[in-house]
Amino acid sequence: NIVPTPVKINLINMLSETGLQVIEATSFVSPKWVPQMADHTEVMQGIKKFPGISYPVLTPNLKGFQAAVAAGAKEVSIFGAASELFTQKNINCSIEESLQRFDEVMRAAREANVPVRGYVSCVLGCPYEGKISAAKVAEVSKRMYSMGCYEISLGDTIGVGTPGSMKEMLAAVVREVPVGALAVHCHDTYGQALANIVVDASVAGLGGCPYDRGASGNVATEDLVYMLNGLGIHTGVDLQKLMDTGTFICNALNRKTNSKVSQASCRL
Amino acid sequence: QEPQASGLPEYIKIVEVGPRDGLQNEKVIVPTDIKIELINQLSKTGLPAIEVTSFVSSKWVPQMADHKEVMRGIERHPGVQYPVLTPNLQGFQSAIAAGATEVSVFGAASESFSKMNINCSIEESIERFEEVTKSARNMNIPVRGYVSCALGCPYEGNVVPDKVAEVSKRLYSMGCYEISLGDTIGVGTPGSMKKMLEAVMKEIPLSALAVHCHDTYGQALANILTAIQMGVAVVDSSVAGLGGCPYAKGATGNVATEDVIYMLNGLGINTGVNLCAVMEAGNFICTALNKKTNSKVAQASFSTGTIN
Repeated sequence: NIVPTPVKINLINMLSETGLQVIEATSFVSPKWVPQMADHTEVMQGIKKFPGISYPVLTPNLKGFQAAVAAGAKEVSIFGAASELFTQKNINCSIEESLQRFDEVMRAAREANVPVRGYVSCVLGCPYEGKISAAKVAEVSKRMYSMGCYEISLGDTIGVGTPGSMKEMLAAVVREVPVGALAVHCHDTYGQALANIVVDASVAGLGGCPYDRGASGNVATEDLVYMLNGLGIHTGVDLQKLMDTGTFICNALNRKTNSKVSQASCRL
Repeated sequence: QEPQASGLPEYIKIVEVGPRDGLQNEKVIVPTDIKIELINQLSKTGLPAIEVTSFVSSKWVPQMADHKEVMRGIERHPGVQYPVLTPNLQGFQSAIAAGATEVSVFGAASESFSKMNINCSIEESIERFEEVTKSARNMNIPVRGYVSCALGCPYEGNVVPDKVAEVSKRLYSMGCYEISLGDTIGVGTPGSMKKMLEAVMKEIPLSALAVHCHDTYGQALANILTAIQMGVAVVDSSVAGLGGCPYAKGATGNVATEDVIYMLNGLGINTGVNLCAVMEAGNFICTALNKKTNSKVAQASFSTGTIN
């Protein structure tokens, strides 16, 4: 179901009051490919921009970047992949070609003083290729970091990773990218996300982890914050406000939450 | 994956609690023949231990009223243990009469929980269990001890690790061959799991320890990972994540066996269990209960038609 623009704006505004410091707002991609993000300009212009909070947006190419900046974006993200087949199926080109497109975005971003975050998809497995080598993930991460991305988010896109494969992949990547510039983006499709995240907690200094409302495979922010609170790790996020936000969007989408913490707290 | 290189156990014994802990905490009362069929299916998956039923008064636990029929009705596969709960001597005797060859007793690390759950203090419950273990010893019946509320109590809140260690030690000293430490309300997180295990490991040998993690707050796999990183090699779980939480309305309870096996397989740890076969048993019971599975692995596999 396509979510109405005012609901999206309200969701982001509510998230802005929870203590979260980074909220991925929308994607400046053609509505032909991603109709759910067709209202990217309205959303970007409609949200309240709180000081101290970043609102990065996806920009797959130079055109998207320019539209994003025109709409007021101050930070952008680019999406690479560690799998050739996934890149072909997803954005219709090879990894090398995608990196060249990103280079154009990087150059424009540097001139405009806009920070760029890099994502690497399929780091623990690919829906088409199956196994992905840790060396390949390290190689793509290195290219994107060298291009100027301030942070690389390593995505277990189909959630097939387990703590051992996560550890092995990270060990390869930290040889090429400083650990302070790394993030993990774990999907919970096989219930492994929190275990995969906690095995990293021993790798000191892992940076920002983007998590959304517990929809379609992503790990639930509430469950992650619950774990980190229990570990005594500071996040600055108010769990109650987060749960209230989750209740809002689940009501709006007429669906149950995927967050176990919310379920346990008798939320929808 | 080389488990030894990472300090993880090479083999982990999975104790399947779905037919007891799982079904006991489901809203629907399951017919006897369905229970028997579930256990028979689970017996063919490679699971080394399946908790069958509970010899407790049907007044308190109506879902387990058919304990004798279930015990007598199931196929007993060689190499598979079929423990049953026995809260007291009477239950123990009834279990033996029905053919049980292994029993479990349930203690708690919280006085309030003990009083609310079994109507007596921890000390009184220990005395009751001693009667069971004495009879069990005479008959050469192994006894497993559970300690509930190991990481938190629905009434008392925080539970002190030393208290868990103390109760565990009492159960172990009276003859329980294994102590299963239960995060009854699933509130634990990796840090609290670590602290609790450190305290218990001072009193109980590692090889006699198991963890029984509830997934009420989504923390189970992270907590289990922490436990196995510390060398714990026995993990309790429930097929399809059967069993809600009686203390948090609408919440889930047991961790799903399928999701645990998926993680252990990925870590290269041997369990002897066939994941597909467990998913089939899960599918069977969920269909019978007319409910969706709580296992993410099962959800993912049935939607894609394959297992990754």
